[in-house]
Amino acid sequence: MSATKGLPADAAIGGLAAPAATPAWQRVLLVLLGLGAAIAPLFVLESFQLFQLTMAVIMALAVLGLNIVTGYNGQISLGHGAFFAVGAYCTAILMSHWDWSFWATLPVSAVVCTALGWGVGFPALRLGGLYLALTTFSLAVAVPQILKHKAIEDWTGGVQGLFLVKPDAPAGIPLTADQWMYVVTVIVAGVCFFLVWNLIRSRIGRALMATRDHPTAAEAMGMDIADLKTKAFAVSALITGIAGSLSAVAIEFVAPDSFTFGVSITLFVGMVVGGVASILGSLFGGLFVLFVPNIAEAISKAAPGVIYGVILIAFLFLLPDGFAGLLRRIAARLRGRG
Amino acid sequence: MLNRRQLLAASAASLAVPAIARAQDTPGVTATEIRIGNTMPYSGPASAYGVIGRSHEAFFRMVNEQGGIAGRKINFITYDDGYSPPKTVEQTRRLIEQDRVAFLFNTLGTPTNSAIVRYVNQRKVPHIFLSTGADKWGHYQETPWTIGWQPSYRTEAQIYMKHLLEQRPNAKIGLLFQNDDFGKDYVIGVRDVLGARYDQMVRAVSHEVTDPTVDSQVVSLQNAGCDVMVTATTPKFAAQTIRRVHDVGWRPAFHYLTNVSISVGTVMEPAGPEKGVGIITSAYLKDPTDPAWDNDAGMNEWRDFMRRYIPNGDMKDGSYPFAFGIAQTLMHTLKQCEGNFSRESIMRQVASLKDFIPATLIPGIKVNTSPTNFHPIRQMQLQRWTGSTWQRFGNVIEGANV
Repeated sequence: MSATKGLPADAAIGGLAAPAATPAWQRVLLVLLGLGAAIAPLFVLESFQLFQLTMAVIMALAVLGLNIVTGYNGQISLGHGAFFAVGAYCTAILMSHWDWSFWATLPVSAVVCTALGWGVGFPALRLGGLYLALTTFSLAVAVPQILKHKAIEDWTGGVQGLFLVKPDAPAGIPLTADQWMYVVTVIVAGVCFFLVWNLIRSRIGRALMATRDHPTAAEAMGMDIADLKTKAFAVSALITGIAGSLSAVAIEFVAPDSFTFGVSITLFVGMVVGGVASILGSLFGGLFVLFVPNIAEAISKAAPGVIYGVILIAFLFLLPDGFAGLLRRIAARLRGRG
Repeated sequence: MLNRRQLLAASAASLAVPAIARAQDTPGVTATEIRIGNTMPYSGPASAYGVIGRSHEAFFRMVNEQGGIAGRKINFITYDDGYSPPKTVEQTRRLIEQDRVAFLFNTLGTPTNSAIVRYVNQRKVPHIFLSTGADKWGHYQETPWTIGWQPSYRTEAQIYMKHLLEQRPNAKIGLLFQNDDFGKDYVIGVRDVLGARYDQMVRAVSHEVTDPTVDSQVVSLQNAGCDVMVTATTPKFAAQTIRRVHDVGWRPAFHYLTNVSISVGTVMEPAGPEKGVGIITSAYLKDPTDPAWDNDAGMNEWRDFMRRYIPNGDMKDGSYPFAFGIAQTLMHTLKQCEGNFSRESIMRQVASLKDFIPATLIPGIKVNTSPTNFHPIRQMQLQRWTGSTWQRFGNVIEGANV
């Protein structure tokens, strides 16, 4: 397992070159295909489906954030819904009270979520495994109630929540608000995915995985485990918070009821189904958590939860290492043949 | 090649469809059917209300078996939103943009409807007879495409105050409210009736949903010398209040309790049934467990419907008579449309209901709307806790005109 997650030993020296298995032209082709797949929906889908896809990309970004801390760093978090909520509220408060533009709220929401992630990550150092899971879970349970609190009600709008307006496409770009929202989401998510991809393939990424796989050995090699773990939490919160910001504008409404602890569980499900410790898997995870509940409902309105559960179990049974594992196996077979 | 051709065909089709929709001036209506959209919490924390959606499905099946409306069958499309506002937005957009429903009917929940109210009003889609008691659905100036159905919390508070002023004009009122939309509607309703005398007559204290108890609030109202109590809070706190008021030896002359918190099982029993004797609340629906309605024609009509279309339904669940009354109101509105089911026409008829009487409403209560009244039900009857059941008394009272 760990050999497929990390890089081959010979490539670990200073990140010199790509693994020998994928030639440059193939990688360029993959990038072009990816770009094509990202742009095509603009022309093919109707606005509602585009909206759904936008939400799926947003969920994928949130799952990516969780993947950094849980997948790559091995710290189980059941509280990422809290960071998602805080990111959403940062954007909503700045946009509806002070008329900020959406782009300007992103850095603020990033800074606030990073600080919060840092703050949570710090005490979390002393808690391992299941205890950490419960601590973060309590955060997710607390946040919706804190958002309703009287002291900050003037800002958060209390139970009524806040309304905001989707940014229109800049003059000269012939796109509807939904299409523009999709473009914005894909750009923000694309940048985040690219940065995370770089981070994971760097020295720090390998240190994160080493801390997860064998903390004692990692420490013996001179890694500052405490520092790595808190930073992983901070970066993870940052990414999930940005996803929250995007969701606030895409939905155009935030309320405490939108961020119950169910959101955290949804993100966790997305991560496991997509593939733990996989960047591409996060994308599949986002698609899964958005579309599968709808499929479940289409099958049975009486008990959508049961159908969802059955589909989930079937997925875990057929793809024990997530979509990402399936892709890896296919790729390995293709390479073997070539 | 085939793939590219399919792709081209698909994109051509997707470009063509919106044009067709624009050409047609009555979305969701064809010569043979009328599509109605709805969201309900079939899963999640409020899933007990899902029976309302199931009741509607059965009701429209009955309508279709009896020939439909103006020669058209009703196609009722209902989706699960899990009581989660983002999901409600997604499902509502699916209903309006993909399923192209004519209008939204009886979407359930205050936070969920809040999330979509601006979207539907921008698109001018009728968003009618919601399942929520917030007063804001009656704000026809701001949201002319949205209308509630049941009496709002504000109307309810007005009714209590009208009753109180008749019985005890110089009362000193202690008002305990939950600090949110719901509780604040009661404060507004009390103020509507008392007007300038509000500050002199009312001592209001609030509590947070997150507070562990309301003991200190109750004691502070007692110490302020209040002789009337108004409790506008959710079931857990209502049970605490009833018990505390009794245990500190405070006997207010009148104790009004919001009808959100009158469940025997979750409020009156936990509080201690004997401690709440004399508490007054209000009702507008016939309670299916009340023996007074055993031979009532309206309730027999409802029981007949239940027997035929929802044979496994719980006959004690008050959500069924509620759903039946709303669905009847919708059918009456659609009949008034006389075959013109454009969105403007539907809204015009929604705002011109005259003395309509659904079968499951308490006698004397009528559904009335006008272009300047988006509160369809504004009347209620009071009822008093006897120690084992709620007993109706007095006449039907109407909310204040404000």
